[in-house]
Amino acid sequence: MQETNAPFEALQDIKKMMERSSRFISLSGWSGIMAGSCALVAAYITSIRIHCWEIGDCLFSKLTGDGAEALKLELFTIAGLTFVAAFTLAFIFTYRRSKKNKVPIWDATVKRLMWSVMIPLIAGAFMLLRMIELEQYQLIAPGCLIFYGIALLNASKYTLGEIRFLGYGQLILGILNLWYESYGLHFWALGFGVLHIIYGVWMWWKYER
Amino acid sequence: MKNPIGNLNKIFDSRIRLGVMSILMVNEEISFNDLKQLMEVTDGNLASHLINLEENGFIKVHKGFIGRKTNTTYSITKAGEKAFKEHIEALENMIKGVK
Repeated sequence: MQETNAPFEALQDIKKMMERSSRFISLSGWSGIMAGSCALVAAYITSIRIHCWEIGDCLFSKLTGDGAEALKLELFTIAGLTFVAAFTLAFIFTYRRSKKNKVPIWDATVKRLMWSVMIPLIAGAFMLLRMIELEQYQLIAPGCLIFYGIALLNASKYTLGEIRFLGYGQLILGILNLWYESYGLHFWALGFGVLHIIYGVWMWWKYER
Repeated sequence: MKNPIGNLNKIFDSRIRLGVMSILMVNEEISFNDLKQLMEVTDGNLASHLINLEENGFIKVHKGFIGRKTNTTYSITKAGEKAFKEHIEALENMIKGVK
């Protein structure tokens, strides 16, 4: 028996070492679920604030130029807080999982993963900032979705490969959103909220149960 | 029929050496510390296997510094890649032979 199993085990070992050294496999499904929940809450608050601005029933009025500036500032704050909350929660759950798997949270695979995500996101951030300056607000939601989709596709080489489906989903939503520009917030909530949660549940079901 | 076991590379009998080679096949370059973490072995044990692989011409060693700390990294050689691929083929043939 020993002899017949040895080559098979050796190949299994080889496969394991190749995967473990090139992919960060501790990304937790819970991270996706938490980030998605943050996005849904943020989208809900944003829709309330925009609505009350439109009917002129906020602390600031639609009629004055100050009102638009105040709304812009408020929306920026919501966006910033959402990003920090989503990132922190995602980090906590992935950190917990890497402890459980007994792999370091900061090794060569994580560094590679971070770079592959950050570069498309930073490029996207410049694009979106310029769009805001030019007051092309309708293209911000599709811009977020498209650049995030590209970042995920890029990352899929260095972590659980299934994340590419999340990337395809964001890309499709982002591209559709380009032609349904008045539904930006809906598309955004669908992509960053619903898709993250679906992906998170799927990953949890597949790897962590 | 050719004996498939004959193609197995003796150097890769060791799990650690086989593991190091597997890691280097998919990573252009990797540091001693990363290797140690991945293989879950002690410094001395890993070092002796790395010397063995280097002496056989399967891996290249690059000695560098990060600040004042030494940072030794390893990469695979052409000969190493070839030997590793042949070893995998031999393993596959053995499995086919058993069936």
